Amino acid sequence: MALRTLQVAPGFMRFMPKEYQDLVENGPFGRQVKLSDVGTFKEILEEHPMCEGCAMAFFIRLALMGLPNPEHTIMVGTAGCGRMALSQAAIPFVYGNYCDTNGVATGLKRGLAIRFPEQDKDVVVMAGDGGIADIGFSQVMHSWFRKEKFTTVMLDNEVYGNTGGQESGMTCRGTMVKMAPRGKQFDKIDMLGLARTAGVAYIARLTPANPSRVVSTIRKAVLVARKIGPSYVQVYTSCNIEYSIPADKVLDDARQVEKERYGYLEIVSEEAGAYLESVAAEGGEGR
Amino acid sequence: MAEMDPCSIGPGPAGLLPPSAASCGVVLPRKGEGLVEGRIVGEQAALEVMARELLTRKHPTVFPGPLVLWDWRDGVSPKAAAVLELAEEIPGVQIIPMPDYRPIYPKIDPEAVINPCHPNLTIWHNKIEVCVFVGVHCHYANITLRMIRAGTNCYTVTLCHSAGHEDSMASLPFCGAEQVRALTGTIRRLKRQGLRPLHGEARGIRLTGAQQAVQEGLVWQHGDGA
Ligand SMILES: Cc1ncc(C[n+]2csc(CCOP(=O)(O)OP(=O)(O)O)c2C)c(N)n1
Ligand code: SF4
Repeated sequence: MALRTLQVAPGFMRFMPKEYQDLVENGPFGRQVKLSDVGTFKEILEEHPMCEGCAMAFFIRLALMGLPNPEHTIMVGTAGCGRMALSQAAIPFVYGNYCDTNGVATGLKRGLAIRFPEQDKDVVVMAGDGGIADIGFSQVMHSWFRKEKFTTVMLDNEVYGNTGGQESGMTCRGTMVKMAPRGKQFDKIDMLGLARTAGVAYIARLTPANPSRVVSTIRKAVLVARKIGPSYVQVYTSCNIEYSIPADKVLDDARQVEKERYGYLEIVSEEAGAYLESVAAEGGEGR
Repeated sequence: MAEMDPCSIGPGPAGLLPPSAASCGVVLPRKGEGLVEGRIVGEQAALEVMARELLTRKHPTVFPGPLVLWDWRDGVSPKAAAVLELAEEIPGVQIIPMPDYRPIYPKIDPEAVINPCHPNLTIWHNKIEVCVFVGVHCHYANITLRMIRAGTNCYTVTLCHSAGHEDSMASLPFCGAEQVRALTGTIRRLKRQGLRPLHGEARGIRLTGAQQAVQEGLVWQHGDGA
């Protein structure tokens, strides 16, 4: 694909850092990479400053592999841990103020559709449970009610990780976190139920315990948002700092939480299901 | 109201958080004008200063930004060629790119890139005392230039595609390939007229250690034997 934004101006390649030479020559742009190809292509996210062994960082890395067209994708994030990795990934990132993500994404998506009528541009919001279900709640809901065509991904570590352990609406009832010493007094917010009520076309809940499922879920969510309507992915991304999970036990924890309470759930509207089937039948990835 | 005196915008270090040049009363030049150390001058006068500083200060470096590094639309490659031609005329020059503006943590390689979040690291590490910014989006250039003025003694030259930069020491607005070539021409003339460049007569662009390592295959890349 002749994507000019990915071509180095004549004569400058030898001055480019190896990361960029590598992205141009071996990046996942303009082609579909598979999870099993890891190690043979330059990933969109490699170095990042998140904590060692952070499940959220692992999920983000996988999710970026799931984007059907990273070269035509803009990520929107906000305050919270995830943006530390997202902001230095090799695709455009917009920082919405804490609470603004889904308003920003709305404007962005609509603007891109006007500016590039011939080219699908995907917008993906990725923010913490605080960003999505607490302070950003109203904007998230309204974007769903308005049927805005972008994907919202909640990085659900069930706590405010970035600010040192306050409870969020997604913290489980009874859980004690550092700055909620009495334990959470209320149930975890049922964001999936709310998404369903709002008419979100593709809804999924998962953990990073199964990496290839992360890749395919994100891909489906982005494809549905592109053609049908809003999509929502809620992923358990434990905070090993706030929940004292040893870095080497993070995936064990994800497996256990998936088994005991998080599970894997997909709620797909009829229209979205038909569309995904048609994409699969064409053997295509929506390119 | 009394007219404000433009403050002089010279090489720093000006100290932590110096007031922006705009807030000191420095205004942007118009087309056909340039800005030198806070004062509006004619375009040719600005070119003379730029050329002289580039030839007579230590470790001259070109910092090309995304607008000129990526061949993203027609018109980029002639400008990119003009920038390379300019660099060739500056003895001892290096090119350290700013390919985009994403933060780089936990660690940047200051020989490989200049990053707008901490441009001073690249200037300090490479002991750069004069530099040219070209092809950097204005809002990032502005903040970068101010940080450089705050923390380093680097003389900053900006060849701006748009309105120019108050916080650089010498700035030309609305620069296309033609203006870049005009600077190259001025450098050639000064050398012909007897100005002896600090770094001698050497021609050619010096690769940084990081660039040499990549070129010599000392850095592993995807695809190498994968
Ligand atoms: C308007 C606003 N209020 C508060 C903050 C402070 N703040 C930064 S991150 C954060 C919590 C982040 O929690 P969450 O969204 O769950 O993300 P996590 O860090 O857990 O990934 C808060 C309250 C802010 N940046 N902006
Ligand atoms: S504080 Fe928690 S969520 Fe944030 S980077 Fe560290 S482990 Fe990850």
